[in-house]
Amino acid sequence: MRGTGLKRRLIAGAIAGGLVLTVAACGGDDDSGSGASGDGGTLVFGASADPVILDGALISDGESARPIQQIYEGLVGTEEGGTELVPELAESWEPSDDGLQWTFTLRDDVTFHDGEPFNAEAVCFNFDRWYNFSGIMQSPSVSYYWNAVMGGFANNEGPEQGESMYASCEATDEFTATVTLTRPSSTFISALAMPAFSMASPKALEEYEADAVSGTGESPSFDGTFGYEHPVGTGPFMLADPSDWERGSQLTLTRNDDYWGEPAKLERLIFTVIPDGPARRQALEAGDIDGYDLVAPADLGALEQAGFQILYRPAFNVAYVGFQQNTPPLDNLKIRQAIAHAINRENLVRTNYPEGSQVATQFMPPELFGYAEDVPTYEYDPELAKQLIAESGETNLDIEFWYPTDVSRPYMPNAEANWELIRTDLEAVGFTITPKRAPWDPDYLNTYQTGNTPMYLIGWTGDFGDPDNFLGTFFKNPNQEFAFNNPEIHQLLQQAEAETDLEARTALYEEANRLIMEFLPGVPYVHTEPAVAFAEGVSGYVPGPLNNESFASVTVE
Amino acid sequence: MSLSQVEAATESDQLEPGGANLRRAAWRRLRRDPVALVGFALIAMFVLVAILAPLIAPYGPRDQPGAGLITPTTIPGPSAEHWFGLDEQGRDELSRIIYGARQSLLVGVVAMLLGMAGGLVLGMLAGAFGRWVDTVVMRIVDVMLSIPGLLMAIAIAAVLGQSLTSVMIAIAVINVPIFARLLRGQMLSQRESDYVLAARSLGVRHRSIVLSHVLPNSMSPVIVQATLTLATAIIEAAALSFLGLGGADPSVPEWGRMLASTQLYLASAPHLALFPGLAIVIAALGFTLVGERLREALDPKYRR
Amino acid sequence: MLKFVVRRLLLLGPILLGLSVLLFFWVRALPGGPAVALLGERATPESLARVEQLYGLNQPWYVQYSKFLTRAVQLDFGNSTQTNRPVTEEMARTFPATFELAVAALLLAVAVGIPLGYLAARHYGRWLDNLSVTGSLLGVAIPVFFLAYILKYVFAVRLGWFPTQGRQDPRMDADHPTGLYVLDGILTGNLEASWDAVMHLVLPAFALASIPLAIIVRITRASVLDVVHEDYVRTAEAKGLWERTITRRHVLRNALLPVVTVVGLQAGLLFSGAILTETVFAFDGVGRFVAEAISNRDYAVLQGFILVIAALYVLINLAVDVSYGLIDPRVRVK
Repeated sequence: MRGTGLKRRLIAGAIAGGLVLTVAACGGDDDSGSGASGDGGTLVFGASADPVILDGALISDGESARPIQQIYEGLVGTEEGGTELVPELAESWEPSDDGLQWTFTLRDDVTFHDGEPFNAEAVCFNFDRWYNFSGIMQSPSVSYYWNAVMGGFANNEGPEQGESMYASCEATDEFTATVTLTRPSSTFISALAMPAFSMASPKALEEYEADAVSGTGESPSFDGTFGYEHPVGTGPFMLADPSDWERGSQLTLTRNDDYWGEPAKLERLIFTVIPDGPARRQALEAGDIDGYDLVAPADLGALEQAGFQILYRPAFNVAYVGFQQNTPPLDNLKIRQAIAHAINRENLVRTNYPEGSQVATQFMPPELFGYAEDVPTYEYDPELAKQLIAESGETNLDIEFWYPTDVSRPYMPNAEANWELIRTDLEAVGFTITPKRAPWDPDYLNTYQTGNTPMYLIGWTGDFGDPDNFLGTFFKNPNQEFAFNNPEIHQLLQQAEAETDLEARTALYEEANRLIMEFLPGVPYVHTEPAVAFAEGVSGYVPGPLNNESFASVTVE
Repeated sequence: MSLSQVEAATESDQLEPGGANLRRAAWRRLRRDPVALVGFALIAMFVLVAILAPLIAPYGPRDQPGAGLITPTTIPGPSAEHWFGLDEQGRDELSRIIYGARQSLLVGVVAMLLGMAGGLVLGMLAGAFGRWVDTVVMRIVDVMLSIPGLLMAIAIAAVLGQSLTSVMIAIAVINVPIFARLLRGQMLSQRESDYVLAARSLGVRHRSIVLSHVLPNSMSPVIVQATLTLATAIIEAAALSFLGLGGADPSVPEWGRMLASTQLYLASAPHLALFPGLAIVIAALGFTLVGERLREALDPKYRR
Repeated sequence: MLKFVVRRLLLLGPILLGLSVLLFFWVRALPGGPAVALLGERATPESLARVEQLYGLNQPWYVQYSKFLTRAVQLDFGNSTQTNRPVTEEMARTFPATFELAVAALLLAVAVGIPLGYLAARHYGRWLDNLSVTGSLLGVAIPVFFLAYILKYVFAVRLGWFPTQGRQDPRMDADHPTGLYVLDGILTGNLEASWDAVMHLVLPAFALASIPLAIIVRITRASVLDVVHEDYVRTAEAKGLWERTITRRHVLRNALLPVVTVVGLQAGLLFSGAILTETVFAFDGVGRFVAEAISNRDYAVLQGFILVIAALYVLINLAVDVSYGLIDPRVRVK
């Protein structure tokens, strides 16, 4: 199917005349000038990358999630500017007493962009689609979030997968769906707010072969056209015409006039790809775009002075120095403590991070329940660090220290600058640092996840409002990223995830935070407030901690 | 590489054999040429700064005299104390530029020498033996020249990993075919020249003709090319750093990397991008001016 | 003439063959080999085995090579790991953009370079000569990306005369049947879009033009010097032709010949420059795509693109040589 697009272009390119061109271009030319209803206008947003595919189940990156959030909706959503769950396509939901059955009461006034009705059958169709992924679709690099949240499929094919948390879905009546789990979980419902669990039109999924895939798990090739040309959801924006996504350069979404809620104010929402951070700032300054994400700390002052709006998201991330304890001397607690005391985190945060960033004391942000005020802390004290090194009995103080290139994350806008400051601090107390670096994707991620980066820079931005998304991701199970086995910590976190009582959970996570910071598997150093920049006339954008802002209420003058 | 590929292809055979006389005359012309003199001055400055770096730099390349003063939006610019200002880590920018000259000089010279050595071997093989050796060698050269230089350097650096050595090798390799083609062209035209024919008819051995006559007389354009290669190697090293393929240790100042990494701070500290950029331009311009004028001085066409 | 063309075309064969061997072994020389390069180091033994089966990596190298060659001949280079789309589709998308940019850069370089070279030659040895030579060489000494940043900062960000990035204003409703945006606007009757595309081309083209500029200046200068001293110009002067006529009729036409050659020889250099220029201006062409492929370790893309770029480069040189030979019979004799 996808070959035809190419052929059309080649033919058109080869023939210099206009005849073929107009035929080729006419295929879907009904979008221009069709905005009958109103003035909303057009907003151009600078994205750092093109979406991978417009199918929530198959992505795990932010630049894909952003348009997907506008096209699709999930059963539950999150409040504007926060992490609390609010109704979206489900009006309400109720767990059974044993926590195994979740009953969703659905809205009865929703249709997909293709006119298909949204109902309980559509909900179950989506769940069953994910659950029955086979072959390449089960690869963690394809269906990352299903793997992470549910842990398995109907027929597991990979060695990593276990029993799926999801068991079945039943349409009890037209607008009531019941999802059954195999074990109680307190993260299930929060996770459903992620774009990975957004509802797509069953008809479009089938007709445009959403599950047709070839290639390999790590390098899949999606052969259907669903996620490229026909992403059909229920959201306030839609892909009006397949040609509105010019792969690699820009994606134009159009207002869904039949939206069940209040329709979007904008008539068109355009995502244009500008990979380079400074280039996005300049594009905004020059008026080429109306807004962009991932504003570099150094640009904040200049933009604010020039009258641009800077909106800050609540801090919902953490950056840390990770240790892999399979490499001496990092298996020695005294050495880890020495490193923690040697790093001047206040200086690091002041030098490389914008105002409003906080020095981190633990592996999750203060916004979340379970954050412990009384974790062991490691203030900057080079003398103490030297003393700890002497006590440790280690003589070989050579450490390979890794950082990623070609990446900018809100928690790590300039990894190299962080690395250099930390390196200077560590060498000042007697360590010998061997510099190591690799491009972020795939080299760096692969290398650190396979336990080949003894000490490394990394961080995490929360996907949903639950401590399990931070602590559970890092430490619930033994893994190569940290390369240690501490049953006390692992079990405590597993217990906390299964617990459904909020108060009990809070206590468990506080305890876990204390234990972790005592054991010191890494040194968390910062929580940041990621910034979004907009031109003066733009309003209605509410920054949220989960980076899942809707553009529906945004207006542009 | 920019000028050099063209040289190799268009003008390699325009230069006449001249030997010592021509070179002396060229040198005289060069000394009176204002453009060349500017070039020499730039080169002298660059080389002196590189060699004397520890003596003239006010601070070490990793010292942080401004530690604690820096935030992402407040990076002090040029001042009486720090002529080029501070960088994003609170280090003295002038000192980093001065130490960066060492890296540039090192990469330029080593890459040029390696490339020239490789080109000499290939070019001599082709030029000295002729026939099928020539054909094989020149086809290899054609293949190498058909890949855009930067792309080839990137491909090589990807195999060798991120280090200064791989940068130097990558740049050397893209210069090998240029030197090879240049030298072969020279030697071919020399082989047919009268004095070589005379020597051969006198019964002088082949190898001895090549080594004592053909090769030395082919050197003038090679010297020109080498000078130009120094310039392009400096720029290519910067380009590789810019694309993230520079040396292994980020704390060692490298102009290309300094230029690339400070793009992030362009809004609050434009001087950080300006100084390394100017440094590259000055060093590269010096070698380019001298190389170009040297070429002209050696070219009889311009003698009037 | 035909013999000349055929001989040059036959030369293309060995070059491409040699190149394919190089690329084939290049991927195998990469850390971890082709399977790991495709899958990343995290790959499980099972998926490694699957890929080795899929690509026949467990077979002897000559079998693998012939397979690779067969697929390459059919322009099947596999899928890009960045976009999951066939490499050939990415080529169809990105090549027109870079072609458009390169043409614009060459036009600029010729438009500025030839008068400058001519001027230098007419004032040989004087300050105007020294100035234009130094100026054009400055273009060589400035790293392309540095120049691109400066141009962007001054003319797009500060003065706002040109857009900072991209190929077309995203707000513009424009169809792109050929991928050559300027042409597309004309073909679809959307002249506004054409003009917009031109404005997007100006700054990147200037940055890119710095590379061929110096060479065009130098060669024009050299050939004008050549020609000026040749007898026919003296004869013409003696005949009392106005200086301007001499310039037009004799000097410039003869001087243009080497410039044509230079254009061909510049293709490779232009491409190297395009990698950097397109990156700075987020210009969606081959250079930027390849630069991203480098940092994303997209070896399928690199392999396919290098092969095709090299083939194009050789073909362009052939075309230039042929047209040169048509104009100047001396080349054929040689």
